[in-house]
Amino acid sequence: MMDLLGIPLPVLMGQLLIGLINGAFYAVLSLGLALIFGLLNIVNFAHGALYMVGAFVAFLLLDVLGIGYWWALLLSPVIVGLFGMVIERFLLRPIADLDHLYGLLLTFGLALLLEGLFRQVYGVAGETYAIPDSLQGGYNLGFMFLPTYRAWVLAASIVVCAATWYLIEMTRLGATMRAAVENADLVRAFGVNVPLLVTVTYGFGVALAAFAGVLAAPIYSVNPLMGSNIIIVVFAIVVIGGLGSIKGAIISGFLLGLFEGLTRVFYPEASNIIIFVVMAIVLIVRPAGLFGKAA
Amino acid sequence: MSETMLKVRDLQAWYGESHVLHGMNFEVPKGEIVTLLGRNGAGKTTTLRCIIGLLRQREGSVTFMGEETIGQSANVIARRGIAFCPEERGIFASLSVRENLLLPPKVAEGGMSLDRIYELFPILKKRGGSQGTKLSGGEQQMLAIARILRSGARLLLLDEPTEGLAPVIVQQIGEIIGNLRDEGFTILLVEQNFRFAERMGDRHFVVEHGQVIDRFDRDELDGNRGKITGYLGV
Repeated sequence: MMDLLGIPLPVLMGQLLIGLINGAFYAVLSLGLALIFGLLNIVNFAHGALYMVGAFVAFLLLDVLGIGYWWALLLSPVIVGLFGMVIERFLLRPIADLDHLYGLLLTFGLALLLEGLFRQVYGVAGETYAIPDSLQGGYNLGFMFLPTYRAWVLAASIVVCAATWYLIEMTRLGATMRAAVENADLVRAFGVNVPLLVTVTYGFGVALAAFAGVLAAPIYSVNPLMGSNIIIVVFAIVVIGGLGSIKGAIISGFLLGLFEGLTRVFYPEASNIIIFVVMAIVLIVRPAGLFGKAA
Repeated sequence: MSETMLKVRDLQAWYGESHVLHGMNFEVPKGEIVTLLGRNGAGKTTTLRCIIGLLRQREGSVTFMGEETIGQSANVIARRGIAFCPEERGIFASLSVRENLLLPPKVAEGGMSLDRIYELFPILKKRGGSQGTKLSGGEQQMLAIARILRSGARLLLLDEPTEGLAPVIVQQIGEIIGNLRDEGFTILLVEQNFRFAERMGDRHFVVEHGQVIDRFDRDELDGNRGKITGYLGV
């Protein structure tokens, strides 16, 4: 038996893998939050609820229409993204000029509403969503067993994060978005329809949450409360990465997932609070976050 | 007299409760450089912000190429062919020099080519990969002017392009603006630096308390120097 600091290697690796998978969800969710915060200056409290809706849309597509996982992976983000654009256009835009606190309250109310709605219909027990046949099974890596679906979740999140990063940092559309974050008025004065850009950005951020929701459906049960369980941690990660920082959100998402996994191995009692401890330390040492720019 | 490109009639504007423009009247003929002169706080910058549509609380009439723009939002007005270069230059820190330059979308055919821009502003090619705000003040001003030339806009609104710059840079900016007129651009220039304005402008409007109180053509300046310095308090 291979040991590392008295911990059997398969146990250590197993926890690290769980950590990494959690990190993948943290990264995709905090990425969407960071995008939305950057352009709308709103802390989107509805993000967790929309992640949950993403999972439920996948469940309903299968349950009602018989549409399977791969189509759901595409359709659910599109449906939830469109829903997000409607929210932005008709609920958030009218209050865009008010204090940002109103946006926070509105999205918080929306989260409660969505959760209440799904709870009313589906209860809190949750529905199961089967892993698609093509992603069943796993690989024996010698030191640990790697389930295929988890490997897929990891790969898909990394690709989505990298693609989003590329879009924001390397393309003209991304440059326009970054410029609008800095000075929306001037970008408008150049002839860019910034309000439309804001709507699309909100929709895209929300679509990322739905994508994470579909990825999560076969791992966790599809449950009306799945969003509120994860979202507080994701907020902490966005703060650690630096509010509005794309790179910060991605990197701290994966790192903190791993870190949480390690804590579960070496000091399980602390695993539920470790991310908040890290957040407190980061806020003391670097108030703008690891990748944030000092205000 | 050549065709009028921009015509401002009885333009009123407010910042919240405070009434800042009290009926501005002036026009900008095609192909000329027109300046708005006046002291700090006279309403010159506000006038530009009204024309481009960034200040929404405005009334009166602003017609561009014969079309009314007063109720339209900034992105629509910009698409008609007006470009704005703000006083604080507005170089984006999170964009490279090149990204800053390529940011404004094309609004019409006939914009300046990137090659021609690099010919006029060689420094922008050399520093293309740098962060926009890492440029010196003068270079940032050149970038701010350069990036609105590509878009195809024919009317340029320049807000104090020489502010805070060394005399040798002011000289260069002057040459560039002169070149732009030669290439057929129409320019509305807001200036506090009267010596610069008198060198560049074909006609001048003096603004005070949100109104045009006097106007001079280029050839009328010499006889009215005393009056103008009185207006400007210099």
